[in-house]
Amino acid sequence: MWIWFHKFGSPRYFYDLAGRLIPWLGGACAVLMAVGLYLGLFVAPSDYQQGESYRIIYIHVPSAWMSMFVYVVMASAGTVVLIWRVKLAEIIASVSAPLGASFTFLALATGSLWGKPMWGTWWVWDARLTSELILLFLYFGFMALEAAIEDKRTAARATAILSLVGVINIPIIHYSVYWWNTLHQGATVTKMDTPSIHLSMLIPLLLMAAAFQLYYATVLLMGARTELLSRERRTRWVAEVIRNS
Amino acid sequence: MQDFFHMGGYAFYVWPAYALSLVVLMGQLWVAVQRRRKLIRDIEVQNRDPETRT
Repeated sequence: MWIWFHKFGSPRYFYDLAGRLIPWLGGACAVLMAVGLYLGLFVAPSDYQQGESYRIIYIHVPSAWMSMFVYVVMASAGTVVLIWRVKLAEIIASVSAPLGASFTFLALATGSLWGKPMWGTWWVWDARLTSELILLFLYFGFMALEAAIEDKRTAARATAILSLVGVINIPIIHYSVYWWNTLHQGATVTKMDTPSIHLSMLIPLLLMAAAFQLYYATVLLMGARTELLSRERRTRWVAEVIRNS
Repeated sequence: MQDFFHMGGYAFYVWPAYALSLVVLMGQLWVAVQRRRKLIRDIEVQNRDPETRT
């Protein structure tokens, strides 16, 4: 097993493996997104209370889920960085930050566009919205701190600590709709009993969520490969890779 | 088709949400591709000119 770890951790091996995975992940993402959008926009019925406006759900909810998922990935990678100083984990955390920030921004912006017709306001200092905004600032803080420290390995440890402190916000976001019963609606899919959403709406939603996951995986691996080349640019394997490209 | 774009009167909210998502996701993808291209060019230059090698 240690040999396997060593092999997987070797930059060259990761670079090649990621290179082979990217087209498959990207292709699967495109297919799921096409089917999900078709079912969500053309096939799914309109909501009996919200009419057609609810269709924003197919991008709002996947974005919001991803905004938290990416943060957990980042904080997990940060843990690995602090304990084992694995370079690959530094890279995964670093590349994840702007992607997570993008998902968070989309969750907030699409939520705002949904809130205006349904709640009559673009923004409200509701617990869910506020904690999601804090998540966006956590991502910005991560990126700013990283940019402020010249040495990449020192930056990785500093940002890892920041991301671990910020992880407290994730359960707050998730439970905010129960702890503070304000404007944002409660969970419909991740409830313990059966989800309170019809199958014809749930299926496109889950397809879009899977597509967003695959999108993240694709762009993360693309970014990680580039970052790996950059950090190892003086090594022989990189020279070889560049010569053969 | 007209109905579809009309979105039951919510077109002004639904379509910007989708357009924004498309722009942000495609933007991140584009940045990833450009960064890789630029880096590969840089490393090629670095390897061609041994002076810059350290």
